[in-house]
Amino acid sequence: MIVVEAKSFAQVAAMTSDCRRLLVAACAGCTAVCGVGGERQAEELADALRLHARLRGKVLETEVRGVTRQCEPEFVAEFAPAMGRAEAVLTLGCGVGAQFLAERYPNVPVLPGVNTRFAGGLTAPGVWEERCRLCGDCVLHLTGGICPRTRCAKGIMNGPCGGAAGGFCEVGGGSPCAWLLIWERLERLGRAGVLDEIGPPPDWSDAQAGPRRSGKGGGAE
Amino acid sequence: MRGVSGLARLLGAGHFVVTCEVGPPKGVNVDGLTEKAALLKSFVDAANVTDCQTAVVRLSSIAACVHLAAMGLEPVVQMTARDRNRIAVQSDLLGAYSLGIRNVLCLTGDHQKFGNHPGAKGVFDLDSVQMVEMVRRLGAPGEFQCGEPVCGEPPVFFVGAVENPCAEPLELRVRRLEKKIRAGARFVQTQCVYDLDRFRHFMGLVRARGLHEHAHILAGVTPLKSVRMARFMRDAVAGVYVPDEVVARIEAAADPAAEGVAMCVEQIAALREIEGVAGVHIMAVAWEAIVPEIVRRAGLYPRPADDEPKDRNR
Repeated sequence: MIVVEAKSFAQVAAMTSDCRRLLVAACAGCTAVCGVGGERQAEELADALRLHARLRGKVLETEVRGVTRQCEPEFVAEFAPAMGRAEAVLTLGCGVGAQFLAERYPNVPVLPGVNTRFAGGLTAPGVWEERCRLCGDCVLHLTGGICPRTRCAKGIMNGPCGGAAGGFCEVGGGSPCAWLLIWERLERLGRAGVLDEIGPPPDWSDAQAGPRRSGKGGGAE
Repeated sequence: MRGVSGLARLLGAGHFVVTCEVGPPKGVNVDGLTEKAALLKSFVDAANVTDCQTAVVRLSSIAACVHLAAMGLEPVVQMTARDRNRIAVQSDLLGAYSLGIRNVLCLTGDHQKFGNHPGAKGVFDLDSVQMVEMVRRLGAPGEFQCGEPVCGEPPVFFVGAVENPCAEPLELRVRRLEKKIRAGARFVQTQCVYDLDRFRHFMGLVRARGLHEHAHILAGVTPLKSVRMARFMRDAVAGVYVPDEVVARIEAAADPAAEGVAMCVEQIAALREIEGVAGVHIMAVAWEAIVPEIVRRAGLYPRPADDEPKDRNR
């Protein structure tokens, strides 16, 4: 799923400081799962912003609305009545949701309440880890089902580099060296010979050609 | 644009070669660089110029190599994948070749996080193995990575790579070295060796695969200058393995720098005895001035003459 993190309250307060009627837009998709973008969090944030404004002698009216997913037009349409009443919308949806709001409601400023981080999965309670860089050129069949482009700090295809120490990446953060994981897994599978082939250079021609498109059920058009 | 690598010629003739490392300045004044070249040129067969090592911006390796060559020192340009995509690597290497540089060492490069611009975007479009293959193909059959032919004379570099002989798992390191050699590496410089037993074991694995017959392997050494440096190398430098006994020996010495030099000389003597080691690569980080003494005391002076004319540049 898409992993997001809340922006700091100070950032959000600064972003919304000129606004008198604010719509706080929740999303019940990934950002709600991350515990930052659901309706409950939107209510709490709205309360805090109103209090913050009052302490500064200002009046802020807030309205909270949520939809199933901000990344689909038919759900985004549900915001229409509230958008008509708002000066600006603070969205707790991911970057995709925020842009869908901006497209659908061209006259309402869209303010991001979260930072959209990566495609990841839960590795410990409340901890998500990036597992896919969305490069569009999957090599997991060559690497034991472990993505070096994502999990190696240098994203290299013929690792490990000279910096791995004690099984961990030199870059830190307690990440195991992806190439040691790949080696161990391929050894276990009796397929370590795959590593004797030169891993191919990545093909970025699709990933860096503007927004990508994909048809239902798979392959890009 | 004729001329081949002097380093390749000496290795091919079976000489035990000595190379060293030179760090370019963090600015445009090359006085220090030319002083180093004057000091080093009769003691080493070639000098590697680092490419923004530890991701700190410095004078470009290619420019520094040209300065060294003008001083009569055979340069090895280091080229990292960190800062350049495949277009820039090939373009820079065409430029280097046109300026007379014939040796290139292909490296993935230190992560940008450790340098003075930690917010920079690391490129890593290719890794070192892919880069070795690309550079070999530039020379023969003379084509770019995309498959298009190079116009005119192909740039035939003497292509080098690195390997870390003391990092685990050793078997994986050796297999990866084999991959680099199959990709086209003709010389290999290793990370610095302090644990000779581990290195002997590594070389045993290298010989078992016959790798030393396909590439010249130069063992890396770094003289320890102080107790602080010894501890730092042991504790903080990724990829370097310094046994506690080595640190203890420096700690116990009345003159740690002299002990570090003595130890380095002993290491070189031991490395010379290992079958398949074709030379040493002295990485005297910020202490290049000590290289002549090490080379002399290791019995590696004078260096063999390279009879070929040096006027290959223009």
